[in-house]
Amino acid sequence: MEESLLRVEELHKSFGDLEVLRGVSLVLSQGRKLSIIGPSGSGKSTLLRCINYLEEPTKGHIYVNGHLVGEKLVDGRYVRMSSKELAPQRAEIGMVFQNFYLWPHLTARENVAIGPQRVRGLSKKDSLDLADMMLEKVRMARKRDEYPERLSGGQQQRVAIARALAQEPRLMLFDEPTSALDPELVGEVLKVIYELADEGRTMVLVTHEIGFAQEVSDEVIFVDKGRVAAHGPPCDVLQNPQQERLCSFLGKLLGS
Amino acid sequence: MLEFLPFDPWKAVQFSQVLLRGAIMTVQITAGALVIAIVLGLMMAVIKTSRVRVVRFLVDAYIEIFRGIPALTLLFILYFGLAYSGLQIKSVPAAILGLGLVGCATLTEVFRSGFEALHHGQREAALAVGMTPIMAMRNIILPQAVRITLPPIGNYAIGLLKDTAIVSAIAAPEIMFYARNLVTSTFDTTTIYVLAAILYFCLSFPLARIVSRLEERRRSWQ
Repeated sequence: MEESLLRVEELHKSFGDLEVLRGVSLVLSQGRKLSIIGPSGSGKSTLLRCINYLEEPTKGHIYVNGHLVGEKLVDGRYVRMSSKELAPQRAEIGMVFQNFYLWPHLTARENVAIGPQRVRGLSKKDSLDLADMMLEKVRMARKRDEYPERLSGGQQQRVAIARALAQEPRLMLFDEPTSALDPELVGEVLKVIYELADEGRTMVLVTHEIGFAQEVSDEVIFVDKGRVAAHGPPCDVLQNPQQERLCSFLGKLLGS
Repeated sequence: MLEFLPFDPWKAVQFSQVLLRGAIMTVQITAGALVIAIVLGLMMAVIKTSRVRVVRFLVDAYIEIFRGIPALTLLFILYFGLAYSGLQIKSVPAAILGLGLVGCATLTEVFRSGFEALHHGQREAALAVGMTPIMAMRNIILPQAVRITLPPIGNYAIGLLKDTAIVSAIAAPEIMFYARNLVTSTFDTTTIYVLAAILYFCLSFPLARIVSRLEERRRSWQ
């Protein structure tokens, strides 16, 4: 059997009385791209944030590359990891946020370099070289010495992608990477994500860009009310929707 | 020849020389108390981000207690009270410690609001690249919080400089201590206290200028 890179098992997440995820399971093999779509409040961002344990699931388990994330088995029981044990696991999962969250006190180059330097213990020179390579990849090398406040949203998001790439992650998570951008800046960010997809990276994207999801992903899941309501290749889920909720969601999104 | 002046300039020069000795001590006490307040305040603000409720409670209790006690009362306890129970602290260390302990309660709140001014996404992004919470605090949160809190710390330092006047009450030889001694021996009240005021102003004004520079700079990260 082919070992899956990402396996999510019966994931539940509640915030107080609010049940956001009600049993989500999915499997993703190495090199595959999965898009998660769904109405706002459906739990798709929470699902993504549970994968690297920025949110702790109420129930259920996450496996990346066959290893439990955020938990360990002690005498047959699941025990939460310490934050120190969790950190190296997170380092293997790159995350790109909707609002970029670049660190404003560091230049673009330092934003990318500080992770490798502090987390992986690279020398300052090596981490800066790595940062330059990653910034080159997202076409931001020219702006490497700028502080985030001097960059457009699209540029900031590209630096944020470079920062995630510098972790040399096995898995990349994108949480609505273009939702906070002005329309004219969306294209440059999507182009970079396309290129990463072409490199054969394993990616999970939460997105509202249906056209993009269709082109870039191998699989699409439609999350509705905390459950996976549809799952399949993009041509089935997006072009030939079977569920009424999915039809109306796509209809609203495409303005028809 | 200078009789039109409302004071005797020759005496004023003599008084100034005495007061200047006190000014050096004023600066030392201010600096010492500031260091204690910053170090302890920062530590307590970091501790307050802890998830352990008991720890947060202890910090809150400290802040409330020291916020509710006049600095002068605390100084008397440290200087006279402890001496009575056998622990003798000299006036200058007692002054530095007392003002530092009171200031630390103020600065804990300043640092805490500095942390809160940062979006939680800043910390999440640090965790997402694989930093531990401690690394995130050190590399991402603290550098930004310090930058944000520099102007209020500067304002606090100005207040502290002026508040050092009260430590003359426990005989720490700073500006007001010398001023009062001079008044007792010469009765030239007006000249001496006006000179003391001028001296305080000369010390605090440059600080105030630095604070407004910091406030301007804070608008940009460069």
